[in-house]
Amino acid sequence: MDLLKDPLVFLYLQIEATLRSAGLAPELVNVAMQLIGVVVVATFCLLLIIFTTWLERKVVARMQDRLGPNRAGPFGILQSIADVIKFLTKEDLMPTGADRWVFNIAPLMAVIAVLLIWAVIPFSWNVIGTNVNIGVIYVVAVGAFGTLSILMAGWGSNNKYALLGAFRVVAQLISYEVPMILALLVPVLLARSMRMNDIVMAQGVWFIVLAPIAALIFFITSLAEVGRTPFDLLEAESEIVAGYHIEYSGMKWALFMLAEFLHAFTISALFATLFLGGWRGPGVGDLNRPGIPILGVVYFLIKSFLVYFVVMWVRGTLPRIRIDHMLAFCWKFLTPVALVNISVMAVVDKLIPATAGLWGRAGILLLTNLVMGAGILIAVAMVAHRARQREAALLAQAEALPATVGTAR
Amino acid sequence: MTVGQLLFIVVSAATLLSALITVINRNLFHAALWLIATLFGVAALFVLLEAGFLAAVQVLLYIGAIATLIIFAVMLTRRLMTETREAVNSEWWLSAALAGVLIVLLIAIIGRVPAWASTAPQADVSGSIAELGQALVSPDLYVLPFELASVMLLVALIGAIIIAREGRR
Amino acid sequence: MLQEYIFIGLFLLIGVIFPAAPLLVSWLVRPKKPNPLKSETYECGIETVGDTWVQFKAQYYIFALVFVIFDVETVFLFPWAVAFDQLRLFMVLEMVLFIAILAAGLIYAWRKGALEWM
Repeated sequence: MDLLKDPLVFLYLQIEATLRSAGLAPELVNVAMQLIGVVVVATFCLLLIIFTTWLERKVVARMQDRLGPNRAGPFGILQSIADVIKFLTKEDLMPTGADRWVFNIAPLMAVIAVLLIWAVIPFSWNVIGTNVNIGVIYVVAVGAFGTLSILMAGWGSNNKYALLGAFRVVAQLISYEVPMILALLVPVLLARSMRMNDIVMAQGVWFIVLAPIAALIFFITSLAEVGRTPFDLLEAESEIVAGYHIEYSGMKWALFMLAEFLHAFTISALFATLFLGGWRGPGVGDLNRPGIPILGVVYFLIKSFLVYFVVMWVRGTLPRIRIDHMLAFCWKFLTPVALVNISVMAVVDKLIPATAGLWGRAGILLLTNLVMGAGILIAVAMVAHRARQREAALLAQAEALPATVGTAR
Repeated sequence: MTVGQLLFIVVSAATLLSALITVINRNLFHAALWLIATLFGVAALFVLLEAGFLAAVQVLLYIGAIATLIIFAVMLTRRLMTETREAVNSEWWLSAALAGVLIVLLIAIIGRVPAWASTAPQADVSGSIAELGQALVSPDLYVLPFELASVMLLVALIGAIIIAREGRR
Repeated sequence: MLQEYIFIGLFLLIGVIFPAAPLLVSWLVRPKKPNPLKSETYECGIETVGDTWVQFKAQYYIFALVFVIFDVETVFLFPWAVAFDQLRLFMVLEMVLFIAILAAGLIYAWRKGALEWM
């Protein structure tokens, strides 16, 4: 355990040894070490937010051919800190008739729902909050708290628009949860385990190669779960007037925004972990092989930021989708595709002989996905063709009627 | 008193308290929120029993889906903001008497348990999720109830859609 | 195995404290000057009309219902996926049958117009 190769675990062991030699009971030392781990992860998340908000504003600005924040500090890097000071000092208005407890707890729950996900994300093979045996389903379960916070915010504001906005957001979120869980099942299936670290360690070949359709479905549904463009109908200023957080001001509103940005980065981290091999990379090593564990953290961050860049890219490029199109896309396209995907992947994975080896299995599954993708595109094309034919028939029918209007004089 | 026992007592007390407040609360939305707290307490109890998967399923299904459904249903049919209901009706003495009889019966039955375990039984639960998965589809275990469960879900879906659509016409 | 959940329990605690801290700082620092005009609920700048009660569409409820059914289905899929190595092919096909039955339910809902946003 060199200080250079593995500073985090080295520090951890040092602190643990110090505590133990101070005479504390072993269970207490354990709990204290866990507490330190929790504080480190939570602080890391909050510091990350300060960085990613600045990054997002700069990148999206450049995509829109403008500069972004450049006044507060060199290149505007102190902009986030200026924003925090502003939010701390803004007056907090509570509308008349609002339910105090519900109104105040909603932003807290929104942040908790996102923060708790970081307990199971592996930064490296020995740097993880807890490699709990329900890793993937825990991530989904914690997301359920997010929908709850939105309902509380909408109801607690005593405002019709907030309530309507909250209902629409929750309808969107719960609709997109089904294909998301079905897409999350594919890495669990391929790794035969729900533990996040096990899934990363099973990625000799990255799962995005083995299951590109599942990766795509997970990416799209996660974007919808966060509520980002193109699915941000519900909080866009020109739509239902900022939706469920219309009555929030000051720090409470800042907490909602913090939850949203953190959620966007969290899904990038999840995508990197589940489909891009997480902390895997040349030179990292493993439980069984020596290496430089701190490189795992570096690889993980690089991959997460890459995915986050794609998320920002999508935001800067695509227009908003209407809510009926959004829900139809989810229930009539994504859910059937996800169901077919998991069934076919399961059957094919069972049929692959054990002699195929790592790359043989990868090749067969990739081929299956490509065939499935082609099949889906053909099916969609046929449905669209038939719909166009029907429309043309209707149009021809309408034009064939004798023109009686305007001939009578 | 080990830490495990203390934790169990705290979690159970919190769950029971939330359940009590759910029932006696006058505001319907608050009652729904306290119900969510109760369900979360039950999930914590599952964790204490080393059934992590069931705890996650409890949060995912009960809090994520069913509590949302309940809140939707309540919001669709009531003027939540202004309405508070009376917590008791005129026959409260009858229900109180019946509840008292039930409590006496329960205490009498539970008091007959010969030995009280002071810790949860130790079992090797490391492979429990895989065992559960195998049990669901294994022909000599639970595959028939499992497939019947899917038919039951289908029937529930169809029934709910028929009823909901009739209301809309 | 309970060991693994201590982190999550502590995280829940810290997760409540960490956002509450800036709220507390804000409460100490910010101005508090409520007046009736500021406390009115927002309705695009005009006076509010009517109670805070709107006729909600039943469609929301139907979506939540279909979601519950499919959520239960996906929960069954998780232990099956974890136990995949110990399963034989026909066990996999049993689960595919399960998925197919519920997919039939989805198609029924689709055909009956339960998935329209009105």
